[in-house]
Amino acid sequence: MNPSVSLWLSLMRPGDWIVTALGLMLAGVSYPLLWHGGAADRAVVRRDGAVVAELPLNAARRLSVPGPIGATVIETAPGRARVASDPGPRQYCVKQGWLSQAGAIAICAPNHISLSLAGSGSHDSIAY
Amino acid sequence: MTRSPIDGASVLTLAVTPDDHRIARYAAAAIALTVAEAAIPSPLPGVKPGLANIVVLMVLERHGWRDAAWVSLLRVVAGSLLVGQFLAPGFFLSLCGALCSLLVLGVAQGLPRRFFGPVSCSILAAFAHIGGQLLVARLWLVPHDGVFYLVPLFATAALIFGIVNGLVAARLLRQLDSKPDAEGVIA
Repeated sequence: MNPSVSLWLSLMRPGDWIVTALGLMLAGVSYPLLWHGGAADRAVVRRDGAVVAELPLNAARRLSVPGPIGATVIETAPGRARVASDPGPRQYCVKQGWLSQAGAIAICAPNHISLSLAGSGSHDSIAY
Repeated sequence: MTRSPIDGASVLTLAVTPDDHRIARYAAAAIALTVAEAAIPSPLPGVKPGLANIVVLMVLERHGWRDAAWVSLLRVVAGSLLVGQFLAPGFFLSLCGALCSLLVLGVAQGLPRRFFGPVSCSILAAFAHIGGQLLVARLWLVPHDGVFYLVPLFATAALIFGIVNGLVAARLLRQLDSKPDAEGVIA
């Protein structure tokens, strides 16, 4: 073994390995436990602020929602959703593409329709 | 108390013990590391190597918990003054982290030395440090469970820097043991 590596390893006492393993376990279990909450599990479609549909994000499907200037088409796929088409002139909500984070939102203002993703314990952002 | 030759005002002279000199030397080293570390860019605020803890670990091993507590807390106060964080949120995060670390180090002193060295102390203290910081952050700065989303990152950083700092402290301690009069050079 490389002599400098064995020098560093000689500084580890038996209990140090145990503490290292415990720390690794603690860090390991924190990943799924705390990052799972950021994933979205349903898409909420609103017209004029009122919920018109809640779609689970576990299957691919399309939903056409009529608004004042035409129909906005919402498309879902496992874990994500998007506005597939919209009659609005600037297409901002369509250009946002697929949304996958809880709290993400696409607003088709001309047609008064919004698509937002919700999850357990969702946040728009964390600032500090 | 001695009489000052000027205006006859009384002057209080504080006796400076060798202990004070030693703690001041170690604290100066820890503060220097804190300031140097403040210049290192961090991908996430709060994730820092905590190099000053190497000094705290060495003091703990050589001079006991009381001296380590002095060095650690002097480091927090003076370090925050130097980087302009005194009484800012970062100061309280740092202070609470340091207090939790010292508490855990006090308990860890009870572990058998033959099996648990500076690396164990360092890892335990690093986890206690993020625990204390998250406590302040959750209760006061970001009163929302959102702070816990960062726990995996903090825990990973604590583990890595805990091991590295512990190894560096262990190596410096070994060098000091082989050259007992070298202490003045390092601290």
